[in-house]
Amino acid sequence: MSGLQTFLLVLAGLGLVLFLIRPKLGRAYVRYAMLILVGTLMMLPFVWLISASVKDPDVINDYTFLPPPSVWRSPSVREGDQRVAVDEVTDQALVNEATRVESTINSRNFRDLWTDQQTPQGPVHFSRYIINSLFLSSAATTLGLIFSSMGGYAMAKYRFPGRSGLLAFMLASLTIPGVVLLAPNFEIIYRLGFMDTYAALLIPGCVSVFGIFLFRQAILGIPDDIIEAGRIDGAGEFRIYLTLIMPLVRPMTSAFCLITFLGTWNSFLAPNIFLQSQPKLPLPVALNQLVGVYDQQYGIYLAGTLIAIVPPAILFFALQREFISGLTSGSVKQ
Amino acid sequence: MNLEPRPPGLQETARSPHASSRALARSSAGASARPYAASAPYLFLLPYFIVTAVFFLYPLGYATVLAFFQTSGPVRRTFVGLENFSYVLNDPDFYKALWNTLLFAVASLFLQLPLSLGLALLLNARQDRLKGFFRLAIFSPNLVGQVFVGILFAMLFTPQYGLFNKLVFALFNTGLQERWLGDPALVMPAVIIASLWLYVGFNMIYFLAALQNIDQSLLEAARIDGAGAWQRFLNVTLPGIAPVATFVVVTSTIGSFQLFELPYTLLRQGYGPNNSGLTIVGYLYQFAFDGADLGTAAAVGWILTLLILGVSLIQIRLSGTTRKDR
Repeated sequence: MSGLQTFLLVLAGLGLVLFLIRPKLGRAYVRYAMLILVGTLMMLPFVWLISASVKDPDVINDYTFLPPPSVWRSPSVREGDQRVAVDEVTDQALVNEATRVESTINSRNFRDLWTDQQTPQGPVHFSRYIINSLFLSSAATTLGLIFSSMGGYAMAKYRFPGRSGLLAFMLASLTIPGVVLLAPNFEIIYRLGFMDTYAALLIPGCVSVFGIFLFRQAILGIPDDIIEAGRIDGAGEFRIYLTLIMPLVRPMTSAFCLITFLGTWNSFLAPNIFLQSQPKLPLPVALNQLVGVYDQQYGIYLAGTLIAIVPPAILFFALQREFISGLTSGSVKQ
Repeated sequence: MNLEPRPPGLQETARSPHASSRALARSSAGASARPYAASAPYLFLLPYFIVTAVFFLYPLGYATVLAFFQTSGPVRRTFVGLENFSYVLNDPDFYKALWNTLLFAVASLFLQLPLSLGLALLLNARQDRLKGFFRLAIFSPNLVGQVFVGILFAMLFTPQYGLFNKLVFALFNTGLQERWLGDPALVMPAVIIASLWLYVGFNMIYFLAALQNIDQSLLEAARIDGAGAWQRFLNVTLPGIAPVATFVVVTSTIGSFQLFELPYTLLRQGYGPNNSGLTIVGYLYQFAFDGADLGTAAAVGWILTLLILGVSLIQIRLSGTTRKDR
């Protein structure tokens, strides 16, 4: 019987005993035990990811997570692993490479990642992809924020001819899957000359029905009096939107920004299709090349994935509350 | 219609002391006195109109036309009528993709959503400090993109060394050598397991929000009336979260039908042995970008749209009747 089985049996037995003696306590115990188990299960891949990225690629499969601390500093060469025999190599650099012995825990993956990567289109430094992704995500978020909130404001606070029809049209458009439009959009992007430019990614996505609905939902809750007061004070319509309305929907703004940033940061399909030059690629596409059919550099890939998770994680921790309220506002407040 | 915003001075002159009440009355009547306000909503929506016309309506029409043509290269196309559709509907690969997609949709409906709801119920039971922590822990996979999850899980599913195989072995003393991504029978289960990790927390957030909106006094009243925990859940909680549950069911079904990136990256930019991980969108992608056959791709797109429309309409109808029943 494995340790895990024993552990689970003891856990279950303890719960049963508690439940028989003190049912209330037993119920709380079961609840926490289940939550802790599920929480651990959800965290395991992250723990694995972190430990795999700091392990030397040679020992990546030798330990489930981290090797025991006693061997952290030992050389990572496995038994029976034949490295290049030193006397057969004349090139001094190769000798150094061959005799360089790394410990089992090292930063080799990160060092290898943080260099010029040889690609068919010449060397590209890894930081380039991070900058691309940061730029794309920020630009998409800014554009989306401006145009979606404008649309949401118009749909929430104006009565105009065609409004209800437009609302129905927006709802209906949500049911058309995006991939149906992928092939024709490919041709349109091509004809517009957007191929291999960021315009191909930023312009089609700069305003979304989802965003318009999100802001409409938030702005609906603002009393009309505020807008009327602004009009009496002589503010133009755009100024009312910018200086009166937008500050009032700040929680929704951060929620929208986080959702859009996350979506763009992680998007793969569109950049994979529309971008061709290597120096323009965002992080997910570039990282995916590391584990292609011919080239499988898993250690480097995992280090890159770890780096790719950091920016969204920071944003999420900062805006967690708004994010969750923004996600659910569309569905709960019906 | 005057689409140019008037300078602020012009608006001033048009305004009387009673302007605000009049404007309110008019706006609720569906018309506005000031030409400025009349064009304003259209101006605010102008970016949406442009983007929708160019990148939604036009491609939608174009996809409709394309579906009836055979395309070869960027210029040449010949009208083939319904041939693209009949080709797709007679292609065994399409049915494989359809089956895989349906399997995934059913799994997310009957495995993932109940799990999400169960976790939400566990978390909702009492207000405590750990709630935020668990919520975060269970939600955090959503910070990782499908692409990363795909490759991460490709490594977790490695025979002998993969974390998942090791976990299964520790629990059941078997399955260490299972080739999850190499065995056609196990590819879709592997996709479903990876998607569980990714999405359970996402839907849990929706259920949690819905549960917190339930009137506690109703639950209390049921308790006093002697209703058991199960009865309370069935008669108070479930109807209370019905609107959100409908929303979650419909959106996650639509999402399931559009599954592509996760299996595509999990199977190393492919579709698995014997196309065992092929989904409808993957099938479409094959035509559009691997085979440059935009006409057939458009036909697949329309079939997918009709499928999604049909299924979501049925789901909305079903949820409507259940709500009327109670």
